[in-house]
Amino acid sequence: MSDKPLSFQDLILKLHDYWSRQGCVILQAYDVEVGAGTLNPATVLRALGPKPWKVAYVQPSRRPADGRYGENPNRLRQHHQYQVVLKPNPANLQELYLGSLEAIGIDPKVHDIRFVEDDWENPTVGAWGLGWEVWCDGMEITQYTYFQQVGGLDVFPVAGELTIGLERLSLYLQNVDSVYDLRYNDEFTYGEVFLANEQQFSAFELEVADVDVFKRHFEDMERQVPIILGRHGRKGEQLVLPAYDHVLKASHMFNIMDARGAIAVAERQSYIGRIRDLCKQCAEIYVAQQGGNAQSPTAAERAETYKKQAEF
Amino acid sequence: MPQLLLELFSEEIPARMQAQAAKDLERLAREKLAAEGLLPEALTAFAGPRRLTLVAEGLAAAQAERHEERKGPRVGSPDQAIEGFLRSTGLTRDQLIERDGLYFAHIHKAGRPTPEIVAEMVEAIVRNFPWPKSMVSGVSKLRWVRPLQRILCVFDGEVVPFEIDGHVAGNLTEGHRFMGTGQAFHVRNFDDYADGLAKNFVVIDPQERRERIMDAARTLCFARNFELVEDEGLLDEVSGLAEWPTPVMGDMDPAFLDLPPEVIRTSMRVHQRFFAVRDPATGFLVPHFITVANIEATDGGATIATGNARVLAARLADARFFWTEDQKVRLEDRLAKLKGVTFHAKLGTMYERVERIVALAGELAPYVRDDEGTKTKAMLAARLCKADLGTGMVDEFPELQGIMGSYYADKEGQEPEIVDAIRWHYKPQGPSDDVPVQAVAATVALADKLDTLIGFFAIDEKPTGSRDPFALRRAALGVIRILLSTRTRLPLKSFASDDLIAFFADRLKVLIREQGQRHDLVDAVFALGDDDIVRIVSKVNALEAFLATEDGKNLLAGYKRAVNILKAEEKKGPLLTGEPNDSAAGEEGALTNAVGHMEVEVGKALAKEDYAAAMTALAELRAPVDAFFDKVLVNSDIASERENRLKLLMKVRDAMGRVADFGQITG
Repeated sequence: MSDKPLSFQDLILKLHDYWSRQGCVILQAYDVEVGAGTLNPATVLRALGPKPWKVAYVQPSRRPADGRYGENPNRLRQHHQYQVVLKPNPANLQELYLGSLEAIGIDPKVHDIRFVEDDWENPTVGAWGLGWEVWCDGMEITQYTYFQQVGGLDVFPVAGELTIGLERLSLYLQNVDSVYDLRYNDEFTYGEVFLANEQQFSAFELEVADVDVFKRHFEDMERQVPIILGRHGRKGEQLVLPAYDHVLKASHMFNIMDARGAIAVAERQSYIGRIRDLCKQCAEIYVAQQGGNAQSPTAAERAETYKKQAEF
Repeated sequence: MPQLLLELFSEEIPARMQAQAAKDLERLAREKLAAEGLLPEALTAFAGPRRLTLVAEGLAAAQAERHEERKGPRVGSPDQAIEGFLRSTGLTRDQLIERDGLYFAHIHKAGRPTPEIVAEMVEAIVRNFPWPKSMVSGVSKLRWVRPLQRILCVFDGEVVPFEIDGHVAGNLTEGHRFMGTGQAFHVRNFDDYADGLAKNFVVIDPQERRERIMDAARTLCFARNFELVEDEGLLDEVSGLAEWPTPVMGDMDPAFLDLPPEVIRTSMRVHQRFFAVRDPATGFLVPHFITVANIEATDGGATIATGNARVLAARLADARFFWTEDQKVRLEDRLAKLKGVTFHAKLGTMYERVERIVALAGELAPYVRDDEGTKTKAMLAARLCKADLGTGMVDEFPELQGIMGSYYADKEGQEPEIVDAIRWHYKPQGPSDDVPVQAVAATVALADKLDTLIGFFAIDEKPTGSRDPFALRRAALGVIRILLSTRTRLPLKSFASDDLIAFFADRLKVLIREQGQRHDLVDAVFALGDDDIVRIVSKVNALEAFLATEDGKNLLAGYKRAVNILKAEEKKGPLLTGEPNDSAAGEEGALTNAVGHMEVEVGKALAKEDYAAAMTALAELRAPVDAFFDKVLVNSDIASERENRLKLLMKVRDAMGRVADFGQITG
């Protein structure tokens, strides 16, 4: 590490610079609320179908239930994820990733970098993959995943996804204990930029948000998805991109209701299942639009694969 | 003889899968080579974070030549049949041999070169490797645990030529990700390979990695007069996370030492994969830890130590938060929360389970120790034993259930016996785990396990084969071990249904067998319908000792002979029952007297539960039984004699049967 660690902003700029040089599209954050960078259509939809894709972006990620009114030094209702997707994943993705760490001043001859098994899944979008959490001196700095399924569909070619929690990494690089003390740049602290957000939105999402309204919104969005998918654009294409926005909105409504404590344990699975169904509808249509094969393996095909392994 | 070296180089293999992967690789290679008639002198496989390695020593350069004689059609058969035979054997007519009016083909199969077989073998293994979970990556459909990067396959110094989905086998490998030269290098054989990797900071043998970790960790501790808290499971894992494992000691803020040591150790192990360190004199933890890094850092590990220390501090700060928050609510006041926690869909909530455990504890207490204090305390401890399930700490570290409850109970000022019972009630968790012996703790532990067993048997969720999702075998074994350790005379039938009793019998057999004793004796004793585990085990022990003696063996033989005769006679028609005539003469009379005497003595001994004495009484029967069979013909022509002798044998059988069902005993 150099003498003066990177500011929050410079960390992002360094990563942008690095991944831009790898041919990634540097995208601005998606403007619909999401709980994680993965849910941005630039990841979740682009991971589907046969077309190659390379992207890097910062995604503000809203987790209403994690709100702590700005009083907890490292728990936030909105944090920032640095997201990289390379599809198909190049054979040297690990090397590229390690190169990005060097670019932000993490020297692997001084820091202990390890790849520790961690299989990622996100049941709300019917997605899972195998990979690792990457540790730097015992701290998880990256979720590294090879997608295997999205929207319940097998993906091929496979996308490699890197997700970095920027606040956490920055705390480590700047060696400070509270996120609000991070240098955003040389003139402003993270607290000056985001503390008011944390305070007000925590109060809103944990106490004020009207559950009935959000429930109604959820149901509206849920009803809209198949309606939008049933309509066509001027080229005769189904309107999958706007439909997916509505899935994201429904998912956000669910997160708010959850933060308000309005989702009973028994209801939880059913809500998640409803969002997953919407996502699956979008995924199938998206794949078809991309000229891909939207079929997941049938149960019989799956059984055949397992049988083959068992016999062996 | 030539050597085969195979390396499957990939991205990081999950630590927990490595040991099994090495075993599978070795097994599959052995099977496939053997199937082709290739028998290596030695075969070894290693697994590590980035590679599976296989080395086969002393492999023939080719399969042996094979000769085969195949029988063909009769001489003079139609041409069509002969042509067909020639086609299938690849011979010409003049090469066939005539014998006994038949054609025979002598086929010589040249042995195939070993590399050809190896190429097929590796492809079959790679394409079908039994990883617990595998994946595809990039544009390749080849499934591997994580992306496969390279295949090295060298036989007798030469590359074995083959290709699997774009991976062309070669003789290149590479060293440590960060400490190696960064250049792939050529190898000709295993020595080359092992040397080259050692120079490039890779330890290929997992056992060596373990030793390296333990040696260095102990040395770090010794230098500061500390002691490593050893942990086999953790050692397994960390030795699979680094190719060049390098222990580094870091510091912990001593202020955290006011947390329970279990919390500190669990946080270190679960979150960080650290070893804890203690003072050898007091056994207390010291404010340090050992992390196992994958590099020898250029700054001597200082950055790694501080970085890890910071992460640990954040983890322990979380733990401290739970520790203080949890103590704000009394355990008693947490019970209501258990109403919202499902234990099992068919067995109600955790709250209902607690109510059942309390009731059971009340019923069981008098058997464990018959005084009012034990009962009251056991029922209170049972009421509180699951209350920690709603605490922040147990949510974070489920493995601390019971332990946290006992700390919180202590802080609330509960009596020590209750505190201990909460801590101990999940025990024993396995065959080598400690058993609660103190009366209150033993009572609650019994109640906890019996509730589980009775409940799951009632809803017909019994273990089948290797499936035991609710760990019922462990629970039943736990009940048995607690009963035996506390000498608790529990009439199991008052608590358990017949199938659960049979399940206990099975578990007892397993326990007895694992102790190196004869498990068939359990059946012999259980067959009498006894349900007191303590008494059953005493009998089994006495019986085993008896059957090891000459008297025992011979008496058992005599018993079997008697039973066989009775069985044979029963087939001819129903036998007359009743007391044998006590005025018979000779060996018959002697046996009659002996049985009568034995019956009385056995009765007395059984009443006193003195099973050694019961066996002594049985032993006295041996000589008269032997003499009877030696001298007396049971199947006398005289009907009255025959009847009396059969009655006598029945009496022998039944009298012995009061001790055990000798018919269930083998040999």
